[in-house]
Amino acid sequence: MPRLQYLLPMAAFVPLIAGLAFSLGLDHRSLPSTLIDRPTPAFSLGALDGAREGLSSADLRGRVTLLNVFASWCAGCRAEHPVLMRLAAANELPIYGLNWKDRRTDGIRWLAANKSPYARVGLDESGRTGIDLGVTGVPETFVIDRSGRIRYRYPGPLTEEVWRELFEPLLKSLRGEP
Amino acid sequence: MAAEAGSFALVLALFISLAQSIVPFAGTRRHEAAIAAFVRQAALGQLLFIAIAFGCLTYAFVTSDFSVRLVAANSHTLKPLIYKISGVWGNHEGSMLLWVLILALFGAAVALFGDNLPDRLQANVLGIHGMTGLGFLIFVVATSNPFARLIDPPPDGNGLNPILQDPGLAIHPPFLYLGYVGFSMAFSFSVAALIDGKVDACWARWVRPWVLAAWCFLTIGITLGSAWAYYTLGWGGWWFWDPVENASFMPWIVGTALLHSALVVERRNALMSWTILLGILTFSLSLIGTFLVRSGVLTSVHSFAQDPARGAFILALILIASGGGLTLFAIRAPSLRQGAPFAPVSREGGLTLNNTLLVAAAATVFIGTFYPLVIDMLGNDKISVGPPYYNMTFVPIMVPLLLAMPVGAILKWKRDNLAEALSRLKYPAYASLLVGIALLGIFLGRQAIVAFFLGLAAWLVLGSLAALALRLRLGSVSLDTSLRLARTAPLAFYGLIIAHAGMGVTVAGITGMTAWATEKIEMLRPGEGLELSGFNLRLRSVADVAGPNYDAERGIFDISRNGRPIAELHSERRFYPVRQQQTTSAGIRTNLLSNLYVTLGDADGKGAWAVRFYYHPFMPLVWIGALAMALGGFVSLADRRLRVGAPQRSFQLAAAPAE
Repeated sequence: MPRLQYLLPMAAFVPLIAGLAFSLGLDHRSLPSTLIDRPTPAFSLGALDGAREGLSSADLRGRVTLLNVFASWCAGCRAEHPVLMRLAAANELPIYGLNWKDRRTDGIRWLAANKSPYARVGLDESGRTGIDLGVTGVPETFVIDRSGRIRYRYPGPLTEEVWRELFEPLLKSLRGEP
Repeated sequence: MAAEAGSFALVLALFISLAQSIVPFAGTRRHEAAIAAFVRQAALGQLLFIAIAFGCLTYAFVTSDFSVRLVAANSHTLKPLIYKISGVWGNHEGSMLLWVLILALFGAAVALFGDNLPDRLQANVLGIHGMTGLGFLIFVVATSNPFARLIDPPPDGNGLNPILQDPGLAIHPPFLYLGYVGFSMAFSFSVAALIDGKVDACWARWVRPWVLAAWCFLTIGITLGSAWAYYTLGWGGWWFWDPVENASFMPWIVGTALLHSALVVERRNALMSWTILLGILTFSLSLIGTFLVRSGVLTSVHSFAQDPARGAFILALILIASGGGLTLFAIRAPSLRQGAPFAPVSREGGLTLNNTLLVAAAATVFIGTFYPLVIDMLGNDKISVGPPYYNMTFVPIMVPLLLAMPVGAILKWKRDNLAEALSRLKYPAYASLLVGIALLGIFLGRQAIVAFFLGLAAWLVLGSLAALALRLRLGSVSLDTSLRLARTAPLAFYGLIIAHAGMGVTVAGITGMTAWATEKIEMLRPGEGLELSGFNLRLRSVADVAGPNYDAERGIFDISRNGRPIAELHSERRFYPVRQQQTTSAGIRTNLLSNLYVTLGDADGKGAWAVRFYYHPFMPLVWIGALAMALGGFVSLADRRLRVGAPQRSFQLAAAPAE
């Protein structure tokens, strides 16, 4: 009987290791999924070029919108840029830009050089809003529904194929919602 | 060339550790002296070759050799030299190399300074230590090779994460690892004792300096980390109950318990199997901490590269090391000699209470750290456990511990009388009560909790000083006699006084900071000011300045009180083009009792900047107290008793009727 107490540490250790091993197998990268179906975190950002209006979470209500996170220093943003331009030209839905961890002058120069697909652009110089949104890198694109809730997050550059296969069915069903 | 030499040295070290871990257990008992001599040489050789590998990697960083993948990913030619060096351990692979380097350092220290250890114990300890080294060297070589080359080296590197480019953080990891990894010695000694079935005063006297040294370094490491977070993250937080912080805090708490229970083994030959268990647990918690930081199972503000494959490897190491240790414990511990009995009210009793409460406190931190994982396993929810949890669980356990601390320190060994002991402490008790009541009066009955905790802090400091006064018999004998007693009192005793009083100072700091810190955030244009807790802050100007590898906006602030200028503070928003990252450097003014803290935030594009201004009373006391604890540890470490070690004779006398 007294020997049993010495087994206690071992008895506590086994489930711990089993638990840790189990949790290793879980997908920890999908963390930002906590934001899915939640309201967009509140933010209010100054405009990139000062003259126009900035971007706040209140702007993302009323219509199904796209929130695209970009930066002048990101190569993937340049890659997805034509897709965004086509969407803007087709006037499919309002596209809002979040200029993330960028310098004001660089952001302005980048948009001037590449043309802007965005209805509005907010400058998130410190990256704070990006953290609230769970941004892990640029580019990243969020689909936000009429009530201002985040419905989908796509990390990485958009391509026509991704748009066709992932975004279009989702947008169709979102537009069908009351 | 350096990279290949480093790789080769690392593999050599691996094979030496293999030999080191086999020989002590394969040889016969007759050749103890030869085996011990071999193992000593192996431990030194392991250190030599890991040091060579570490030197090679440092050389690659300093010379900006971008054909080494690690250097290309973490360094940059424009980086100041100190950060090129600290960049060596500012990443996963390099920090693991530092890990094994420090592990080897401790092994070599036992080989060099352990010449009056019995051969057999030394061989076993170093053998177990070699196994730990072997496991981690395989980990480094197989999954985290720091010397991997790039076929097509880039012209310049990626740069080090700018928030890591800080002198505090350059030395934070080495100290932390000296602590973390130092506890491996406690593990090796514990397992060696289980193998031989022998635990006695001599063993405790041998293991205690290693535990003490590791504990001191860990204390300093945690303090540095906290101070670094305070001044670099830009909002004045100093402890976040973040998983990675908890990962270093849990070994600290259990290590503190181990430190105290080893005292009981040393002085009274009791609590032996418990001490061994703590030795295994402390190092296991260090390993689990390593696992948490590197596997990515918990999200934290400062995790390294997260790679489940590495996580699986470390988990396997934990399974072998801790699982093996605990299995051995289950088999061998029942046959260990049970210790000398003691009365509930005695120094041993006090230390047992200390151990129970510390382990319970560690358990609450453990649960808080892992609860999100359990939730994650059960469903799809991701949660994090915050300060309210710890305020409700950790703090109530610490309160009785702190209340009992000064009493425990003056109790006699074996048996004491509680009423008598308390009467010996009546003056500090009255004085602390007075502090509490006076504060309650000043606050007009509000903030009763603050008054209580500051009274508690006073009790810790005054109680410790009273213990010193009692020891020197101040007042009851002549001053000459007291001075003589002061000279002859062991350094370990002074260590106790300093460390316990330091705890009081830290408690005062945490209390003041939690209760009285104030802050204000406003948009300010140059020339405008704001008022906070009687201080007037004025933004004098904002200008662009260039650093060695960043551009910055520097805000200059004037602070005055009642119209009298008291400080000029600078805060910078730095932008690092290489990593496209921005950091904040806060302007801090301290008088060692309180801090004024200002940071320059985002500009609104219309000529105003967001300015955060904080008043942090008692903040420095948190770190001063913590450093005092570490100082107490070092003073105790300098004690002659610990340095000389136990005479061989007592080892034989105490030979246990085990097995």
